[in-house]
Parts: sequence; structure tokens; C-alpha cells
Amino acid sequence: MTETAQNDVLLEMRGLRIEGRAGDVWNEIVHGVDVTLRRGEVLGLIGESGAGKSTIGLAAMGFARDGCRISGGTITFDGIDLRQASEDTRRALRGSRIAYVAQSAAAGFNPAHKLIDQFTETPEQHGIKSRGDSRQDAIELYRRLQLPDPDTIGFRYPHQVSGGQLQRAMTAMAMSCKPDLIIFDEPTTALDVTTQIEVLAAIRDVVEQFNTAAIYVTHDLAVVAQMTDRIMVLRYGNLVEENNTRSMVAAPAEDYTRALLAVRSFRTEEAVRPGDETPILSVENVTAAYGAVPVLKNVSFDIYKKRTVAVVGESGSGKSTTARVITGLLPPKQGRVLFKGEPFPASYKDRSKDQLRRTQMIYQMPDTALNPKQRIRDVIGRPAGFYLGLSGKQRDERVRELLSLIEMEPDQYIDRLPTELSGGQKQRICIARALAAEPELIICDEVTSALDQLVAEEILKLLQRLQDELELSYMFITHDIGTVRAISDEVVVMLQGEVVEHGSRSEMFTPPHHEYTDLLLSSVPEMDPDWLTNLLAARKAAGKAIGGAGN
Amino acid sequence: MNDTMKLLASAPLTAKFGIVVVLAYIIVAIFAPVIAPYGETEIVAFEYEPWSSEYLLGTDNLGRDMLSRLIYGARNTVGIAFVTAMLAFLLGGVLGLLAATLGGWTDQLLSRAVDVLMAIPQLIFALLILTIVGTSVPAVILVIAVLDSTRVFRLARAVAMNIVVQDFVEVAKLRGEGLWWIIRHELLPNAMPPLVAEFGLRFCFVFLTISALSFLGLGIQPPTADWGSMVRDNATLITFGDITPLLPAAAIALLTIAVNFIVDWFLQKASGLKE
Repeated sequence: MTETAQNDVLLEMRGLRIEGRAGDVWNEIVHGVDVTLRRGEVLGLIGESGAGKSTIGLAAMGFARDGCRISGGTITFDGIDLRQASEDTRRALRGSRIAYVAQSAAAGFNPAHKLIDQFTETPEQHGIKSRGDSRQDAIELYRRLQLPDPDTIGFRYPHQVSGGQLQRAMTAMAMSCKPDLIIFDEPTTALDVTTQIEVLAAIRDVVEQFNTAAIYVTHDLAVVAQMTDRIMVLRYGNLVEENNTRSMVAAPAEDYTRALLAVRSFRTEEAVRPGDETPILSVENVTAAYGAVPVLKNVSFDIYKKRTVAVVGESGSGKSTTARVITGLLPPKQGRVLFKGEPFPASYKDRSKDQLRRTQMIYQMPDTALNPKQRIRDVIGRPAGFYLGLSGKQRDERVRELLSLIEMEPDQYIDRLPTELSGGQKQRICIARALAAEPELIICDEVTSALDQLVAEEILKLLQRLQDELELSYMFITHDIGTVRAISDEVVVMLQGEVVEHGSRSEMFTPPHHEYTDLLLSSVPEMDPDWLTNLLAARKAAGKAIGGAGN
Repeated sequence: MNDTMKLLASAPLTAKFGIVVVLAYIIVAIFAPVIAPYGETEIVAFEYEPWSSEYLLGTDNLGRDMLSRLIYGARNTVGIAFVTAMLAFLLGGVLGLLAATLGGWTDQLLSRAVDVLMAIPQLIFALLILTIVGTSVPAVILVIAVLDSTRVFRLARAVAMNIVVQDFVEVAKLRGEGLWWIIRHELLPNAMPPLVAEFGLRFCFVFLTISALSFLGLGIQPPTADWGSMVRDNATLITFGDITPLLPAAAIALLTIAVNFIVDWFLQKASGLKE
């Protein structure tokens, strides 16, 4: 890419300062960042949430979100001062010369219009092309982005195509006016790893073909390593480090970048699988359905004491449904769930208080898993009171104990509301609430996927420590292979409601595997900047179709 | 207490005005016997006396003091409207939350029953029932409360529907919590802001319905002073260019506006909407 890039500067932001409003006060959230982007160059902005990466990305269009304002610095796009320019000038630039691809394509499309009509809207609006001409463009772009049936796919509605296809259609839409600059805001974060590959490959190709400059915003360093020429690492609205991609990945200068790059692994040895011990939980030949739609087919696996079983698969593979069957929210059509050898009633309504106590659940989104109107004291205290009959002083004592256990200062947090906590802290509270019931098995449903990498790591470490101290068993639902590698003893791979592979972690990560496991494992981005290129070449050589997203 | 004062101080002018007016109405209603110069049903002079220093707002069609009846009217009309609105909320709110939590046939049964009630124009339905059962104060309260509870039911159910799907409700269910505990601790605190706002509006509507019924002669019965019937009884005066019969109507209008100002403010605070 760099060879073809002309050396003239397309976008320059100097001393960019952005403020965000909290109540009546304006706080600075971006503290004077400089960004320079040449034509045809792809720049990666990475950092955890709150780092200001999306805000800076939007500022490149001269735009600030509601409740934010650009308070200082200059933004020059191809000689035009975007801060001084009139709103009309800026509006004329957006869509035609600067385009934006949002994280959620599903939310970015209007569900009531066909894809191709939404594609042609911008060129028509800007008076660049007639509807007929831009339809031709759309079909050409769909083809280049390797969408299936490029001639007809545009005539579908957004809900009629898959998430990965929608994200590519969104990219096509951004390219509709052949812009000079595209801002990609976490375009693959919401996608499965196997789907992510297709989207990454498509975006990379098309950006290269049209020599478009791009700003790629993400929190995933491995992804950014595949896509960009240069990387800027941001934290708390400040620049931490800036370098070209290869040098940064090879030799990061700052500790923070190194922490982001560090491979997660803190579980070195697997717990020994007990020989003849009765498993804590056995799922036996479970078949389940939502109404007439079958979701699980003959699923079986065991979870032993003090062990972590990771259940892996892409969305729609039935991972969470398995959890719903175990907790009794969805009674199975066939099969049963055994707890320490004795069968559990199929519906949670028929289970005794003690049976309910023994399995607890931690959810993906700590925001919705905590009642925003309950104080931490009651959130954690209720299960302690409900199951163990603690009240008054004893209950408070227990809540404090649990808060210390999850490494949160009791006096500081006991009277807070969930809204007064950060994402990681909320997830800790959810863990404490599960622990308050003194369970034997905890089902963790994607507990780290809504959290930043470093925060997620802390949570995994905490869960690991708790397992050792309290002899807990975990069923760990995840789509993230890194997490599996980090904490599991045993792995269950699911595909379309069936268990396709089941074995210990070391078995899982040493070939030969099931074909699907192979696809899943090889699709996890690696830090090596050549990884995507090599992988695509290897897959092409093997004659395998890329990815597995259906229509 | 300090927080409450701070909150009130931060209220916009319209809300402050609303609060002052509502407080004034409450004081007048509670201390009616002290404030009113004459008794509620006391005939003090000839009919239709003009405004004078003795009878500040003149007398009505039976020679009772207008001002005194206006003051007592606050007590009756506002008091009954308040009780009715409370009852409507209790009934509609509880059933709405129940329907959302239980779902299934309970929800179907309650929702369809509400649909049936809502299909008939409210005022005509109220007139019909009151004609059958007779017009006593408890009957008026009950009929209007039931009819208005259908609207509350709809709102409570819709709000609760969005809450019951949240994970924290699932957590409570899986913990083995009972239905009432879930409704009280998980649903109600989160459904409260829109319900309280609705209460303000509903109170106004109830108030207007009662006045309308009284004006038609089926609401609060004479000789009890009530703003709706006061307008009707003295309506003839308007033909002579006397604005006195409009005063009870103005009292109704003023309270409605005041309550709406407070509700607006509350809605803004609860939803975080900008003005």
C-alpha cells in the first residue's frame, strides 16, 4: 500500500481537543492529539473504551457526537479547514468525500428500504450520479466485496442478509461516492471470528484497489495489525504511542502497548480429571427447541468439580441455549440434566431452593444483569438472605466479606448504585452476587465479551482465583478462543446445535481437529501483520471457501 | 430534606408555578371550613346577587355564597378526583405489572378485557353505568376508576414488558423469588417514573370526567358543592354578561395546567430529555 501512496497529506488534525458534557460541566476527553493521514494510507486507532478513539474518528469528519464539542485544534481535510467551514460545506463532504462505517451495520441500515436503494441515496443526494449509474456501481462493489449473488443481493432488505454480509454492504455503501477517506468504527467487533475474516479481507482489498485512505478504529490490536500501515495507541484521550504497524507489533515502546499485546495465558496446567468421581453436572442427550425451531440436538457433556469447561461456537450455535436448559429456563424436549448424579427437574419452577442455589449464572451484559435501582448492599445481600437466611448485621457482614473477596473496598462500594460503577466493577458485583448463594457451579455466559481487554483479563484472573479458593466448577460460554486458551480445562465445540468436538484443552489445541474447530481456530487473528495474507493464501490453496456465514 | 429543597430550587419556573398552585389548592381543600365565609349549603341571600363586599363573588341560583361553594368545591372535586385516580392506579398498575410478568393466558385475558372496555367511549359508558346503578359518590369513584384503570393498565404493562426481559429479572426468577417480590423489588422501582408522570395526567382526566359528569347531572349530587355542577347551575348568568359561572371552570383549568407543568418537569427529569 505504501508504495502506491502519494506523499501528500489528506487529513491533518493538530492539537485536537474535544470536550464531553456531564450534567452542566464540560470535561475534556481528548487532550490535544495530532493525526496526520496521507492519501491511500490506512491508520489504526486503538485503545480501550473511553480512550477517545471513536471521538477522534468522528472528528475527522468535523463532527462531534451529541453532548460533545470540538473545543480546540485544527482539522484540515484536503486543504479545507473543517472547523471554520460552514455546516453546508461539511455536509457536502460527508458521504461524498469522507464516509463512515459504523460498528453495528444492523443499526446503520434503515430496515424499511432495500440495500441498493440505500446505496444509491448518497450519490443521488450529492448529485454525483444518477440512480441507474450508481446501481451499476453498487453491483460492481458487491462483487468486489465478494458478496454472494452480487447482481441481486442489493434488492434484499437488511434483515434478509447475514451480519457479515450486512457489514460488507455497509462498506460498499461507504464507497458509493469513491470517497478519499473512510472511517471504520469497530466494523467487525460484533461479528463472529469466522465471519470477521471475510469482512476484514473484503475491506482490505477494496480500500487497496481504490487507493482510499482509511481510519480504522478498534480495540483489537491483532485486527489492526492486519489492516493498517500505521497505528496510534490512545489512552484517556492522550496519544500513548505511534509507529508503523510492523515496528509497533515487533517492538512496542510503551508498557501500555505491551500489556495490550501480551498473550493471555495464566493457566498453565489443566486440573487433573478425576477418574470415577461423579460429575457435578451432567448434560445427557439434550434436545431442545424454541417452539418448532430445533436449537439443540443430542448435546451431552460433563462438568467435574474444580474444573472449567469452555463451550465455544459462533452465534446461533446453541451455546446460550444449553445454559438455558441447565438453569431450567428452557425445559428440554428430550434428555435430562443431572446434578451430582441426581436428575434436576426440567423447569426451574419445579426446582427446590437448594437446587436453585447450587447453580448460579453470570451474564454477558453486567448493565442489564443488575437492577439499576438496587444498591450493592441489596444486590449481593438478597441471595445471602434468601438462601442462607442471613439478616441484619450478619447479612451486612457477609456482603462486606464478598466485596473484599472480589477485590472491591466494602466501605466505598456497599451503598452505591450499579450506575455509579464501571463495566468491570459491575461484572465483579455480578460475580459476588453469584458467590453469595454459595454455589457449586457457575455458568459464565460471555462474561468478558462486553469488557475491554485489560479489564476482561482481571475478571478472568479473579474467576481463576475464586475457583482455586472456593473449589468452584465453571461452565464458560464464549466465542473467544483467547479466553478458552486462558482458562479452560476442557472444551466443548458447538456448531448448529450439536457438539462437534469435545476434549481437554491440550487435545483441542493440538491437531488433528474436527474441520470446524480448525476453521474456528485458524480464524482468530494473530499479531503477525502477515497473518491474514498468509491465511487467505493457505485457504485458497486448500480450496476451502472463506468463512461459513450462511444467508 | 436539604436535597428536596435543592431539587425544588432547580425546577424551572413553570414547575415552581405548578407546585405553588397545587399547594394552594390542597390548603384550600383541607381548610375549607376555616377559609370559607359561609357554609357549603347555607342559603345566605337572594338568588344571583351581584359581587359585593359581603358576597365577594355574589350568590348562586339558590342564594348560596359563590365563594364559599367554590372553596368547598375544591375539597369535593379535587378530593374525589384524587381518590379516583389513586384507585385507578392501584387497579390498573397492579394488573398491568401482573400481566407483563406472568404473560401467557393471564396477559391475554386481562388485555382483551381491557380492549373491550376501551372500545366503548368512556363518557358514554360511564353515563350508562351510572344511570343503572344510581349516582352516589362511591359509584362515581368506582366507575371512573375502573374505566381509567384501563389506560393505566396499558401503560404499566408496556413499561413492565421492557423490564421483564432484562437479565436481572431472570436472575431473580432463577433465584426462586416469588411473583410479588419480583414485581415489588425488580419491576416497580424501574417502572415508577413513567407511572408517576402518568398519574399527573390521569388525575387531570379524572378530574375533567367528574366535572363533565356533574355538569350532565350524573356526577356529584346536590347540594354538595362541586365545580362541574356549579357551572351548569349558574350557566344562565352568562347570558347576562356575568362571568361568575366561568370561575369554577377556570379553577378546573388552572389546576389542570398546574399539574401538567409539574408532570412535564418530572418527565424531563426521569427521561433525561432536553427541553
